[in-house]
Amino acid sequence: MKQILILAYKLLVNDKGKYTALLVGTTFSVFLIVQMTSSFAGILTKASATVINVGSRMWVMDPAVNAIQNSVPMPAYVLDAVRSINGVKFAVPLYSGAALVKLRDGTYQPVTVIGLDDTSLFGRPELLEGNIDDIFAENGFIVVKDEEFPKLENPKLGTEFEINDFRGVIVGIAKVASGTLFGTPTLYTTYNRAITYIPSTRFTTSYILVEPKTDSDIAYIKEQVARLGYLALTNDELRSRISNYLKYQTGIGTNTLLMTVIAFIVGLSISGQTFYTFILENLEHFGALKAIGAKGRELVYMILFQAAFTSLAGYGLGIGLSTLLISAAKWRLPEYASRVTYSNLGLAFVMVLIIASVSSYAGIRQVLKIEPFDIFRG
Amino acid sequence: MGEAAIVADKLTKWFGEGEARTCAIKEVSFEAYWGEMLYIVGPSGSGKTTLLSMISGILRPNSGSVKVDSRDLWNLSDDELADFRLNTIGFVFQDYHLFPRLTTAENVAIPLVLQKRSWREALEESARYLEIVGLADKAQLPPTKLSGGEQQRVAIARAIVHQPEILVFDEPTASLDGETGRKIVSFVKRKILTAKRCILVVTHDSRIFEYSNRIMEMEDGQITGFQHGQAYEA
Repeated sequence: MKQILILAYKLLVNDKGKYTALLVGTTFSVFLIVQMTSSFAGILTKASATVINVGSRMWVMDPAVNAIQNSVPMPAYVLDAVRSINGVKFAVPLYSGAALVKLRDGTYQPVTVIGLDDTSLFGRPELLEGNIDDIFAENGFIVVKDEEFPKLENPKLGTEFEINDFRGVIVGIAKVASGTLFGTPTLYTTYNRAITYIPSTRFTTSYILVEPKTDSDIAYIKEQVARLGYLALTNDELRSRISNYLKYQTGIGTNTLLMTVIAFIVGLSISGQTFYTFILENLEHFGALKAIGAKGRELVYMILFQAAFTSLAGYGLGIGLSTLLISAAKWRLPEYASRVTYSNLGLAFVMVLIIASVSSYAGIRQVLKIEPFDIFRG
Repeated sequence: MGEAAIVADKLTKWFGEGEARTCAIKEVSFEAYWGEMLYIVGPSGSGKTTLLSMISGILRPNSGSVKVDSRDLWNLSDDELADFRLNTIGFVFQDYHLFPRLTTAENVAIPLVLQKRSWREALEESARYLEIVGLADKAQLPPTKLSGGEQQRVAIARAIVHQPEILVFDEPTASLDGETGRKIVSFVKRKILTAKRCILVVTHDSRIFEYSNRIMEMEDGQITGFQHGQAYEA
């Protein structure tokens, strides 16, 4: 078998023009598929940035919440009610809102403000500079050093700024796992300072962060929270809810799906057509092999090998090219939302397999149909 | 006459169905012998190539039988037929059907590769046969860089590299000039034909009749007679 596959390999790669066209088709298709799905994965990750960065195991919220920035404030009694549920180790409030910071030149920069529970500071970020206790100092804020940090004019410890007509002071510089989607810098402060500085509605608790005693308590906590008329989700469930909202209730998911399908069709058209032409042009050679004594299944193995080899080579090149472009884009544009995940790679692989299967199917049909007699009589 | 290498008995082949049915071969019977170079001649459409195809296991007859070295060919399964062609028959096609993307040496090695011999071994053997046909220095060139006569010799090397007992030539001189055609056929008779081999040649070309042992004449799908090669020349 190995010898025949080497023959198939030589017939394929020695036809440099066709082989290049096949590779370009598959590479381009994989590149587009990975590019589109990675951008989407990047958007989904950034949309869940607060969930990732705060890292609470469970979140309680109004059932209408679909995205973290669209919180519906809950009355204070909900926090007490959640704390009284059996299986809750502790529960703390979290404020999430937006404010305007006045820059030195007089312009305003929107920011996301996260208010952490005053007693525990649960969900606090990892500090790069400063002391976490200083968050309790007068007007203390911690700024996140992510790709949006320069929008606040690269503040240092002690930098003063104006937020909603209040004075604020940077007391810490932190890092987080994920930057936000909408390009706003993030400030952390205490819950009470946040609800004081930022105009709010009658209710102020955006989310309640819950730590269950054990994993087996999660289902009971969810049930009890639901009886209160609210929704309790695990960290993963909340991320999935946000993803599903973006995928199915906004145009982003549809657009991405459409572009991915177009990339697939482009790849299938170029690779399929080129491979089919390659087989047709080699049909008499396959016929000659059949006449000399090659069995039908050996010719099928040859074609499958050629299709698989081209597809896998194109897949590798496409992934490499996408990764290179995404890395380069992130280097120049730090806020570029793109993330290559195993699911993206898997999806592209499945699509490449489909391209290879469809391309080889048409070729195999032709090769199995050809009669050695047709070759013999010229 | 020696021992029969091929025994064809009442071979019949038609193409098409109903009113469009055409009988290409009508109950043809003959024998070809070891050590013989048998020519099959006749006008276009007389059924020469069809007959050769049935004898070499390429085209299934509608009735009749072919025995090669006492094996009944058309009782074999498809896989057995493929093995028969691979191990017993050497083909030289009219258009050569060389692979332009492979080197001359790789082209010659193909039957050995199909026999699952290693590429290294196949290429070593291929080099030996290219030397026999006088093309050792062209081993690494693609066939497209060779002249018509040289391509014909590559096709011959490919047909004999796996040492088949039966060699089948379809119009071997059709695309060669007279001089080259005679040289090629003379070479085949001198170097390739042995007592353990039978060569069948379909041709129109009377310039090469002198190299045959026997000539079988066909017309309208039937054998019309046998002649000795020398007799034809006369």
